[in-house]
Amino acid sequence: MWDLAGHSLDVAKLRGAAYADARVMHLRQRDLTTKNGEVGTLAQTESIGIGVRVLAAGAWGFASTDRLTKEEVAACAAEAVKIAKASAMAKQSEVVMALEDAYVDSWQSPFRKDPFEIPLEAQLELLLKADAEMRREKRVTLTETDLQFRKIDSWFASSIGSRIHQRKVISGCGIVATSYQGDEIQKRSYPNSFGGQHALQGYELVEEMDLVKYAPRVAQEAVALHSAAQCPRKTGTLILGGSQLGLQIHESVGHPIELDRVLGQEANFAGTSFLTLDKLNTLKYGTEIVNVVADARLEHGTGLGTFAYDDEGVPAQCTDIIKDGQFRGYLSNRETAHLIGLARSSGTMRTESWNRLPIIRMTNISLKPGTWREDDLLAYTDDGIWMDTNRSWSIDDRRYQFQFSTEIAWEIKGGKKMRMLKNPSYSGITTEFWNSCDAICSKDHWTLWGTPNCGKGQPMQTMGTGHGAAPARFRNVNMGTAFGNK
Amino acid sequence: MTIRATTKGALANLSSEGDLKWLIDSVLRLGKKAGAEDTEVHVDETLDALTRFANNGIHQNVAEHGLVVSVRTELDGKTSRVSTNKLDEDSLRAAVESSLSLAQSQPRAPHLLPMPGKQRYRRVQRFVPATARVTPADRARAVRKACDLAVKEGKIAAGIFVSGQMQAAVGNSRGLFATHRQTRAEFSITMQEGAATSWAKGNAADVRNLDPQALTKRASGKAKLAADATELPPDKYTVILEPAAVLDLVGFLFYDFAATAVEDKRSCLNDRMGKLLFGKNISLADDVYHPGQLGAPFDGEGMPRERVVLVDQGVPRNLVYGRASAKRARKKATGHGFALPSEYGEAPLNLVFTGGKSSVEEMIASTDRGLLVTRLWYIREVDPYEKVMTGMTRDGLFLVENGKVTTAARNFRFNQSVLEMLRNVERMGPAVRATGEEAFEMVVPAMKINGFHFTEVTKF
Repeated sequence: MWDLAGHSLDVAKLRGAAYADARVMHLRQRDLTTKNGEVGTLAQTESIGIGVRVLAAGAWGFASTDRLTKEEVAACAAEAVKIAKASAMAKQSEVVMALEDAYVDSWQSPFRKDPFEIPLEAQLELLLKADAEMRREKRVTLTETDLQFRKIDSWFASSIGSRIHQRKVISGCGIVATSYQGDEIQKRSYPNSFGGQHALQGYELVEEMDLVKYAPRVAQEAVALHSAAQCPRKTGTLILGGSQLGLQIHESVGHPIELDRVLGQEANFAGTSFLTLDKLNTLKYGTEIVNVVADARLEHGTGLGTFAYDDEGVPAQCTDIIKDGQFRGYLSNRETAHLIGLARSSGTMRTESWNRLPIIRMTNISLKPGTWREDDLLAYTDDGIWMDTNRSWSIDDRRYQFQFSTEIAWEIKGGKKMRMLKNPSYSGITTEFWNSCDAICSKDHWTLWGTPNCGKGQPMQTMGTGHGAAPARFRNVNMGTAFGNK
Repeated sequence: MTIRATTKGALANLSSEGDLKWLIDSVLRLGKKAGAEDTEVHVDETLDALTRFANNGIHQNVAEHGLVVSVRTELDGKTSRVSTNKLDEDSLRAAVESSLSLAQSQPRAPHLLPMPGKQRYRRVQRFVPATARVTPADRARAVRKACDLAVKEGKIAAGIFVSGQMQAAVGNSRGLFATHRQTRAEFSITMQEGAATSWAKGNAADVRNLDPQALTKRASGKAKLAADATELPPDKYTVILEPAAVLDLVGFLFYDFAATAVEDKRSCLNDRMGKLLFGKNISLADDVYHPGQLGAPFDGEGMPRERVVLVDQGVPRNLVYGRASAKRARKKATGHGFALPSEYGEAPLNLVFTGGKSSVEEMIASTDRGLLVTRLWYIREVDPYEKVMTGMTRDGLFLVENGKVTTAARNFRFNQSVLEMLRNVERMGPAVRATGEEAFEMVVPAMKINGFHFTEVTKF
C-alpha cells in the first residue's frame, strides 16, 4: 500500500502539486438484521481504493480510483492535479495550511473480541432470541434487531513525509419493537433508536448491551404507550436521558462549531452557523456548569470519534468547546486554523471512504459530567417531564431553532417518576436552551453514545461521531408543540 | 480476470456492456463451481465529478471512479449477499464462497423465491454523451461566471456543479440479464446578500438542459427580495410551495406505498387503502418511463418496472410489490423490489404527480394573505401514521398580501401532516422534474395549500 500511496505523491509532485496526500483505505462491513423472527439482511461488503488530494496552483483537487495498479494510481494523481488547476480558474484566495509535523506510526483501536471472528450462527442466534423475546408481547406488530460491524484500515501518506497506518474496529447493535393500534404507531428501541449503540469496540459491546435482557421491556413499553397520556403542551422543566442529550449536543453544539460551516463553505447544503467568529470567547453559550469538549483521544473513551490521527495526518486532540458556559473553540483543519488565530489544526478532518475528500467533522463532542446522582436529580425536581430515546430531530440551517421528539416520557411530580407520557417533544433556541441547564448527572451516569449516521458534505458522506452525556435538567423549556393537534 | 474500464485514461469512460456481461458470466460460473443452486450478480459502476464553490470561489473539486460487484447465492432455501470492488479472480471467488458461507449460517428463509428467469425490458435512453464529456475546466468556467455575477452584485455565491455517469447491470444463473446507463448533471446555488439567502437548483441527464446562469440569476433575484425579513407570528397560513418544497415533503410518502410496509403495519396507509385520503385533485403514479424521470427500467432482482397508479383522485388505489410481497399478497410483482436480502421489500422511486395549470404567479395573485416558500430543510417524521412532518423553511420565505409579494419573512418551523396537506391543495402548477435535498428527484407541481401549520419562528 505504501508503494502505491508514495507513487501517487511522486506523480502529483511531478505534475506540479505543491502539497499532496493520499489515503489507501480498505473497508469491510457486515450487516445482520432480523424482522419478525426471520433473518432480514445478511450481507458483507468490502471496498478498497485510493483517494489523492493535491494542492496545485494554490487550489485543491481530489481524485479517487479503485484500480490499485501503478498505472491507474498515477492516472488518478494526474487527474487530481488537473482538477486542482481547474479549481484555480475560480479560486478566491491562495490556500494556506497550518504547519504540522510528519509522523510515521501505526495504531489499532482496542478491542477484545474481533466481531468478524465470532461465528455468524452465534450472532444470528442472539438476534433471533432478542426478536423472539419482543414477540412474546402479542400486541407488538413489528420486531426488528440489528448488528453492524466494520473494520477499516487506512494508510495515509503525505508529501511532508507522514506514513500513518490506522485500523479501527467498530461495532453496533440495537432492537426495536413497534406497535400499531387504532390510529397510532408507537415504538421503543434499545439501547438507542436508529440502529442502537455504536462504538469503537469489538463484539464485547454487543455482549455488554445484553439485547435479550432488555427485549421484553422494550416490547411492553411500545404497547403501553398507546394507553399513556399525551405529553402536555407547556413550558416547564425538562430532564433529558443520556442518549437524547447526546443528539442534542450533536445538533446544537457539534454542528455549529464546524469551522467550514462557520466560514460559509457549507452554505449551499448543510448550512452555516450562528457561531460567527466574533462569538469566540465572547458568547455565553450555557450556564456555568456546561462544559463541552471535542476529544478524539483514546483516554476520552472508545467513541465513534476516537482515533490516533485525523485524515489529514494531525494527531488526535482534546479542545475546549464550552468552558464554564463560555464559548471557547471550533473544530478546525490545517486550512482554517489560522483564521481563528491557531498555529495548528485541531485535528478534525475525517473521510468516510477512499473515494471521499476529508472534511471537518465532529470527533467526540461530549458534555462533561456534573455532580448530581440520578436519584437526587429526580428527587429534587418537583414538577417536570423526563424524556428519553430520540424519535425525530430537526434544526434550522444556522443551528438556532431546534425541535426533538422522543419515544417515551414520564411525568415527574414531587420528586418521583409518575405516569408514562406518549408523543413527547420539546423545542427551543440553542443558546437559550443551554443557558437553562441547571443540573448534570455525574460520571457514574455518563455514556459515550455513538451517532453512526451523521451526513455532511457534497458528495454526501456519512460519519460516526461520539457524544458523551449524562442525564441533565433544563428549565423553562417549550414542550409538546410537535403534537399540538393531538 | 480484472476488466479494463478505460480507453482514454482512468477517469474517462464506463466499461462496455460486453465487459459487464463477461464479468457477470464469469462470476456466475464461479457460483456454479462453488455449489450454489442459483447465483445473481450486480455490477454498479460510477464515474462522478463534483465542483463545489463557496465565498465566490471553488474550494473543493473531486472526481471518483468505482466499480462494485455484488454476489447473491441461493442454496437450500437460504441466501446472502457479498459485495466487493476487488475484481481479480481470487477475490471474486472469495466473494462467492463468502456468500455461500453466510447463507449457510442461517435458518431457511420461508419467503425466499427461486431467482427469476429472462425478462423483457422497455428501453429508456438516459445516457447523454455531452454530459459524459464535461471536463473540470467546463465546470470551473460555469462556476466562474456564477461567482462573477455574485461579486458584481455584492453577493456571496455557494453551490455545486456535478457531472457524472453511472451504469448498473444485473444477471443471474437463470438467464436474466439487464443493463442500464445514464448521465446526470446538476447545478445548485445559494446566493447570500447580507443575512438574506436564496437558492435554486436544477438536475438533468443532459447537461445542455441545465442552465447554471439562469439558476444563478434566479437565486440572485430572490436573495435581494429576501433582505430585511419580518418576524411573523406562528399560525396556520396559506402557503405557495415551489416544486422543490413540495418534493421534499411528499418525498417522505414514498415508502408508505411499499406492500411490505403495509404488511409490517408501519405505513400510514394501514387500513386506508381504497378510501378517500387526499383531495380529489390529487393523483399520483410511479413511472420510471416518464420523460421527467431518471433511473433503470428494472429493480433489484432484475424484474421490469411497471407504471403503477398509486393515488387516483384522492384515493390510494395500489401499492408496489417486489416478488416476495407480491406472492404473499397474491398480486403481480410490479418491479419495485430492492436487491435481496432486504427486510424492507420494495418502494416506488419514480413518483409523478398529475399537476394543474396554475402558475406560481397566478397562485400569488389569487392569495389575500399567505407565504411563498422556496425550499424546506431538515424534514423529519414526527408521527408516522398521521404523517406529521417537522422541518424549517429556508433560503427565501416571502409574505404575500393582496396578491403580491410584499416582504421577506423570518423562517418558520412547521409541524404538518402530509395527509392533511394533500387534502388542502387549492391550486397546482404543471408537474415538473424537481430536485431538492431531502428526497430524490420527482415530477411534482408547485402547490397552493390552505391551513399549513407553522408552529415556531427562528432568529433569521
